[in-house]
Amino acid sequence: MSHATLASACAAVLRRDLTLAWRRRGDITMPVLYALIVVTLFPFALGPEDALLQRIAGGVVLLTMLLAMLLALDAMFRSDIEDGSLEQLMLSPQPLAMMLAMKILAHWITTALPLIVIAPLLAGMLHLPASVMPVLVYALLLATPLLSLLGAVLVALTAGSRRSGMLLALMLLPLCVPVVIFAAGAVAAAQQGLPWLAPIAWLGAALVMALVLAPLACAAALRIALDA
Amino acid sequence: MTNLSATAPILLEARGLAFYRQDEPVFGPLDFRLREGEVALVEGDNGSGKTTLLRILAGLLRLDEGELSWRGLPWRRVEHLGDTLFLGHHLGLKGDLSARENLAVAAGTYGTRDGRDVAGVLSSIGLGGYEDEPVRRLSAGQKKRAALARLLLLPATLWLLDEPYANLDRTGIELVNRLLAEHSAEGGAALVTSHGAVSFLSGEPTRVRMHA
Repeated sequence: MSHATLASACAAVLRRDLTLAWRRRGDITMPVLYALIVVTLFPFALGPEDALLQRIAGGVVLLTMLLAMLLALDAMFRSDIEDGSLEQLMLSPQPLAMMLAMKILAHWITTALPLIVIAPLLAGMLHLPASVMPVLVYALLLATPLLSLLGAVLVALTAGSRRSGMLLALMLLPLCVPVVIFAAGAVAAAQQGLPWLAPIAWLGAALVMALVLAPLACAAALRIALDA
Repeated sequence: MTNLSATAPILLEARGLAFYRQDEPVFGPLDFRLREGEVALVEGDNGSGKTTLLRILAGLLRLDEGELSWRGLPWRRVEHLGDTLFLGHHLGLKGDLSARENLAVAAGTYGTRDGRDVAGVLSSIGLGGYEDEPVRRLSAGQKKRAALARLLLLPATLWLLDEPYANLDRTGIELVNRLLAEHSAEGGAALVTSHGAVSFLSGEPTRVRMHA
């Protein structure tokens, strides 16, 4: 009898979720298209004034990315609950928090990573100076996993209830605020030539804390959701 | 099928098991014991709490009242992860993945029995030729077989099977009986639910009646 090691279990869950996402490629392109459309429309609404667009570019791109991520957040555990896969995962001899961390990682890779890849393009469309681009990407690299983790906890908390979308949006709002403040703060500071490391460091600290705590909270919340 | 001596060690023992949903009793109090190599049939009408009982024993639901012991010691959820296999109404298969991929995930998280591999298990369960078909394109009976393949592949002592005969044809039913017989011969135990008066199990299995 060969026991499954934690590493093999993590790899199996990660590979499964990535394969599933690949089989439904259409769903992955949705957030990317959404971000592209929103950012394209901004100059039409505000007028093609370079100075104005330049000033709002960082904030617009950040917000668009975060909102685009919310589109896919809702579905993170839904299909697994509906088809019983989550039960099987819970009963496996593996720490549930680690397995969920892999699911969150897969979710981040499939929704946030494509967005980060097109972020410089979108920011360029709004005339964000090239020198600020790296800061925007750093901010996104820290803010998007943070949002995935926080979102996963809330999705897990609302998993038991029907029509959880509304509740999810309400609960996520206050948690999004600090993420947006620090991420946009870093970009704005870089744009004004000020030191931008402090807000990035705050995001990093929050991410580390979320990395440790969110999967545990997720596991506890999903156990309760399936108990009902 | 349960022609074992009454001296086989007791695996699972329940005393005064009861479960309430919002203070409404779902079932209980229930007493039963399960020995090594024993296959027990859980009988009861629709809504009598058969599925709930299995979910409690799997560790998905919290036990409200009563005692459970495993090999004489108090039952603890974490110790049973991986040693108990649960097959519920939801089969736990991903429709977009093939049977082979679904099984590979299960093997990756649960481990495998000695000398069993995904390809061999799939052909012996009657899914040869359908290994790479997405599960959502399989028939209900074939999906059930794909889920049953987990029983063959993964190591576990206790099987909790919720309506394993549903959707299966005659050969499928024989297949489940064969799986149960092999499992019992290896010293494993199983709880099987069935809502009808008809049981497909041969012989005279132990019965756990949800209503006294």
